[in-house]
Amino acid sequence: MRQLVTIDAKGMHYTPLNREIRKAVEDGAQEVVVKNVLGQRFIGDGLRGNATIHIYGVPGGDLAMFMSGPTIIVHGNADHAPGNTMDAGKVVIHGSAGDAVAHSMRGGKVFVRGDIGYRGGIHMKQYETQRPVLVVGGAARTFLGEYMAGGLLIVLDLNGTMKAREIGSGIHGGEIIIRGDVDDACLAAGAKTVPLTDEDRERIVPVIREFSGDFGLDPEPLINADYTRIVPASARPFAGKYTWE
Amino acid sequence: MSSNLGSMPLRYRVTIDRERCMECERCIENCSYGVFWKDGNRIMINSRKCTACHRCLAYCPRDAISIEEHPCDYRSHPVWTRQIREAIYNQARTGKIILAAMGSVADLPVIFDHLMLDASQVTTPPTDPLREPVELRTYLGKKPSKLDIRKNSRGDIELATDLAPNLMLETPIMLGHMSYGAISLNAQISMARAAKEMGTYMGTGEGGLHAGLYPYQDRMIVQVASGRFGVNIDYLERGAAIEIKLGQGAKPGIGGHLTGEKVSKDVSRTRMIPEGSDAISPAPHHDIYGIEDLSQLVRAIKEATEWKKPVFVKIAAVNNTAENVAAVARSSADAIVIDGFRGGTGAAPRVFRDHVGIPIEVAIASADRELCNQGLRNEVSLIACGSIRESADAIKAIALGADAVYIGTAALAAMGCRVCGNCYQGLCPWGIATQRQDLVQRLDPDVASKQVANLIHAWTMEITELMGAAGINSIESLRGNRERLRGYMLDENLLNVLDVKPIGA
Repeated sequence: MRQLVTIDAKGMHYTPLNREIRKAVEDGAQEVVVKNVLGQRFIGDGLRGNATIHIYGVPGGDLAMFMSGPTIIVHGNADHAPGNTMDAGKVVIHGSAGDAVAHSMRGGKVFVRGDIGYRGGIHMKQYETQRPVLVVGGAARTFLGEYMAGGLLIVLDLNGTMKAREIGSGIHGGEIIIRGDVDDACLAAGAKTVPLTDEDRERIVPVIREFSGDFGLDPEPLINADYTRIVPASARPFAGKYTWE
Repeated sequence: MSSNLGSMPLRYRVTIDRERCMECERCIENCSYGVFWKDGNRIMINSRKCTACHRCLAYCPRDAISIEEHPCDYRSHPVWTRQIREAIYNQARTGKIILAAMGSVADLPVIFDHLMLDASQVTTPPTDPLREPVELRTYLGKKPSKLDIRKNSRGDIELATDLAPNLMLETPIMLGHMSYGAISLNAQISMARAAKEMGTYMGTGEGGLHAGLYPYQDRMIVQVASGRFGVNIDYLERGAAIEIKLGQGAKPGIGGHLTGEKVSKDVSRTRMIPEGSDAISPAPHHDIYGIEDLSQLVRAIKEATEWKKPVFVKIAAVNNTAENVAAVARSSADAIVIDGFRGGTGAAPRVFRDHVGIPIEVAIASADRELCNQGLRNEVSLIACGSIRESADAIKAIALGADAVYIGTAALAAMGCRVCGNCYQGLCPWGIATQRQDLVQRLDPDVASKQVANLIHAWTMEITELMGAAGINSIESLRGNRERLRGYMLDENLLNVLDVKPIGA
């Protein structure tokens, strides 16, 4: 049983690549290093276990989709929808990521050091102890937290470039916490801002510490910063829309 | 909200023939809508609560109960129908979108009823199914466009082509997707047992897979809809096949919405959302904003399940069905489900249910033709659904190009459903469209599964007889065989679209 397995993904199609990763994890590898990744989609798709997978290069879309357990560390940027419908485990992206990051994610953590595209955290949901967490170091784009049904979404906006509009469109569960002020004009119908209480801050401190630890940041200024908390205006956004025949 | 409209005329009037009634009170026990109650020695009636579900009538030992529809007429008018007028009163009072349950009530011609089947006479004799086999076994999934063979070391010939996974059905009739939440667990278990007994498959709907269905998981097609409820890797691996739902015939172009009231503790566990929260399925999948993205989702699911399971894609029948189907056929999907505009639903806006989409007969015929023209027919199987009411509809759908059909309402009716269309109330006295335990327990899976199996068995025998009569001994020879259909009182344009000749031709 090898603890560390290295795979060279150069010129490889995603199916044999995933097969090799899956086999390495099944054979008991604790760490899998995948080099020369260039756009291969679905890496870690449906993968179970608790191995750590290091990715060097740029993985394609749907990284860690349906993943249930492992940790994936991307030493670069990622494409769209990393953490799509993910169940458990962790994705750490040292660069930026595309649209629909953490789409329908139901558990685990996705940490992005850089920026994310449109519709980040769309339809994240929670159930009992399953509570997904998405933390973005940089900025997020428009329709952040759309249809959000649960979980925690934090945007730290470390570069001060956040310009998202229509935040929380159709949100009916969970919370979006953004460092700094958010103009009400940037919120979609169905979302509202509330003050971040001391209890809220206590809740997010461990997440901020973990994020800072993963990326070598000083957590203290982030822990003490001002945040805007965005929550659903109603758990039943469409309740008033329908009548029965 | 107050209005000057007063109450609407009674929809149904319930009467008890007092001479026949023996006051056993079974009607009171059975009616979950509260139509009956006892005042002193007399059984009282509130007709306004009646839905014509017939539960009281079915369980009255003396045939003492009568239900009359529309006992009070409006002034008759061909344009301002009762439905139109009552929708106006409803919306004048509420200002809201009207939701309705079950399939379209629009009084439009049913094309199936204008298609006649063929039978053999002199020039080719019929096949006698008692004497000769008539093969209904159906495989759903990709078929190779050619087969490569090789000689092995012993000199034997073996297949060199990798075959894609297929589902094997003993009959081309499957049970369609109705979610746990929309219907009860006992209803799902009954259908799952029937599917297993009959060698066919059943859809989960988008409500996840309850643990009570695990024993039948190799007969379940698990659905992935835009809400992704109950979807994780375990769910995908349990299913025999996976179906991505893009659209539904009863409400093309919009999503779904299970109200918080129906998200009970058990439903919440299966859907993996908090109890009492609304389960909202957005109109699009938010990782599918174009046809390339569909391919990505199909492949993501295949990659997660190591390419071991067929992936179906379900769409609603709409204007450009042929183009949509040709696009889906290029997405790596193994089968395409087309749901016609009469398809059922637990809840859909009335205006969508009755006005959006096209009939399944047309959609399946044009899809089959387009796939053949583009050389893609072997890449996908076609499944027709949306008001397959009887075996004749099933066989006609196959002759128009389907590989198999899904039935929904017909299966519910086999378990007792009277198509009263009040599913949304959650009070189904037959134990089907309800989560109330005392009502759910009325539906005994030992009994109801047999009824569903009986229906499939009966239809299968009828299809066998019809095929034999037409001299067709295998379902493959029937599929897309429009020569065995004739259109009766259908116009030339429609016949051209269906690619069916008129009667006498």
